[in-house]
Amino acid sequence: MTSPADLSVVDPELSAEEARFADLIAADSRIEPRDWMPDAYRKTLIRQISQHAHSEIIGMQPESNWITRAPSLKRKAILMAKVQDEAGHGLYLYSAAQTLGITREEMMDQLITGRARYSSIFNYPTPTWADMGAIGWLVDGAAICNQVPLCRASYGPYGRAMVRICKEESFHQRQGFEILLELMQGTDAQRQMAQDAVNRWYWPALQMFGPPDDQSPNSAQSMAWNIKRFSNDELRQRFVGMLVPQAEVMGVTLPDPNLRFNEETGEYDMSEIDWTEFEEVLAGRGPANAERIRRRREAHEDGAWVREAAHEYARKQAERELAGAVA
Amino acid sequence: MSTPGEIGTEAWPLWEVFVRANRGLSHVHVGSLHAPDADMAVRNARDLYTRRNEGISIWVVPADAITTSDPDAKGAFFESPAGKNYRHAVYYTKSEGVKHL
Amino acid sequence: MSGADLDPHGDVHGDVSVDRLALADELAGTAADGSTAVASEDAAEYALRLGDDALVLAQQLGMWIARAPELEEDVALGNIALDLIGHARSLLHYAGTASGRSEDDLAYWRDEPEWRNAWLFEQPNGDFAHTIARQLAASVYLFELYARLVDSADPTLAAIAAKSVKEVDYHRDHATQWVLRLAGGTEESRRRMLLAIIDVWPYVDELFDDDELVERLAAAGIAVLPSTLRPAFDAVIDEVFAEAALERPAGRTAFIASGGGRRGSHTEHLGPLLAEMQVLARAHPGASW
Repeated sequence: MTSPADLSVVDPELSAEEARFADLIAADSRIEPRDWMPDAYRKTLIRQISQHAHSEIIGMQPESNWITRAPSLKRKAILMAKVQDEAGHGLYLYSAAQTLGITREEMMDQLITGRARYSSIFNYPTPTWADMGAIGWLVDGAAICNQVPLCRASYGPYGRAMVRICKEESFHQRQGFEILLELMQGTDAQRQMAQDAVNRWYWPALQMFGPPDDQSPNSAQSMAWNIKRFSNDELRQRFVGMLVPQAEVMGVTLPDPNLRFNEETGEYDMSEIDWTEFEEVLAGRGPANAERIRRRREAHEDGAWVREAAHEYARKQAERELAGAVA
Repeated sequence: MSTPGEIGTEAWPLWEVFVRANRGLSHVHVGSLHAPDADMAVRNARDLYTRRNEGISIWVVPADAITTSDPDAKGAFFESPAGKNYRHAVYYTKSEGVKHL
Repeated sequence: MSGADLDPHGDVHGDVSVDRLALADELAGTAADGSTAVASEDAAEYALRLGDDALVLAQQLGMWIARAPELEEDVALGNIALDLIGHARSLLHYAGTASGRSEDDLAYWRDEPEWRNAWLFEQPNGDFAHTIARQLAASVYLFELYARLVDSADPTLAAIAAKSVKEVDYHRDHATQWVLRLAGGTEESRRRMLLAIIDVWPYVDELFDDDELVERLAAAGIAVLPSTLRPAFDAVIDEVFAEAALERPAGRTAFIASGGGRRGSHTEHLGPLLAEMQVLARAHPGASW
């Protein structure tokens, strides 16, 4: 693969710091927080990392919906650990974004006032237990496809956060697969529940890779900066290629009658994705957009007095220590 | 010079977290978090960064207490060792083949 | 994929590497071959009490996840809830051996009068101060209990206690830190902490009630007599309260609830909690998950 970074190298008009940045990118090295970087690079990263963090935090909700109702104690523990991991991943990512000069408070404010975006997949509801399986298998599966290449993102703190996240997420997709497998081996009602969930989550999961390459406005620049390593369509193909044999093992049907491997192209042919639905959900007209933001805002506002109390206590303690030192 | 990420306007300040994975190893930087004070920071770090047996000891340091070298002075700071080859064992070739050297 | 193709920054093909780890036992108190000793009828009833306490509390703390005052606290409360589910699973598994029932049979297929938890554990989360007040009372009690149960003549109970005591020690510390901060923070947080203690403390006395079962088991060296834990509990609480400038409720607000959880008599809060917890499992009798 030729490096898309080649596009940006050796322009005699570059200033010394611009040239140094271009050299680092061309060498596939890492940019660290105190390095000079173009404003657009910084803005792109703040946008991408904070959206990623918001997605982890909002993504806790559709699953936490089932923690209290999980059908066995083992599943309850697994689900709780998974949702807890998502809080942790949100924290790693907010910290990475923070190194670019934005506070978590600002990011949280953008989120709860509806000014920030997050993965639109979390605006779908989770009406049945099988949704826990489908989210793990399809949504986390798609997320992992997207995230593994991000471990090599050119911005150091982002890449390091992603390494940690990918390592921890290795259990998320597996537990989803196992939930569905168990359901498919269960009663008729359980099998139906599993197939219904796969039907509902399959297309939104494919949409997680973003619009087709020829309609993806920011992709080319992100690839040139080594933030993004593979195109949306490449990743989507790779994901479907992994799903097909897994679906066979489980005995679920992927809801695309046109899905088949094309020997000539070496890729999967599939039906056209309904991007109007994607645009609708992205524009705030999904089933659960309002609910997700409302709940995050409530948690944040209900917790304000606790955060203030801890802050005030720390201030008083510091004062006391100072007074103690003087006396 | 303050640390990247530390922004003085936040109610709960930022802490950098270092974890010792095992006896005999150094504490290594693993990330950061927010906490109202040092006591809570070390507990939050335990919950956040050692959920999977990653460590046996934790340090937390207020991000604004860390002084970093000036990135613009990279040349002055970090290029001087180049050429001082006599600091490295491989510089001394005549002893090659002699045991225990 | 050959070694030469391995990317130093991670596998580009979207597979996630899986560490090969030796996993520790999931349930405390099981033998190396996975078997558990069969509990006597009395020991099973006792394990049920302890297991129900842990499970009901875990269920309540699970409701905080994605609702905590700060993300770091989501993670902290999640850890505590996970510890408690672990205790509950070990205890219910052991309790079930006496009647051939699994941990899930006991968790999902018993009705309210068959539950043996004390009332403290089923009291609702309330605001963060109420949850912390309940956590303080619960974790100090559980610590004193498990710290003594490690010497139980019943090896399974002793093993479960040995694993649990370290974890509830941390829960105790977590609750203490927050009591100090809420009581010594702002006027608002102090007001809420005071109210929470008034609301939670009526349910403390029941924890230390003895009855025939625990007297029999204690005489055999198997159980700890709850009443013997009270002085140690009070000493720890008094120390925390002194540092936080709080007092144990006295006078007109010092209610004492009658209790009765150990006999299967419960407050109005347990029914809805169980209904929510059991709804899915009960909709699919005989299903495996």
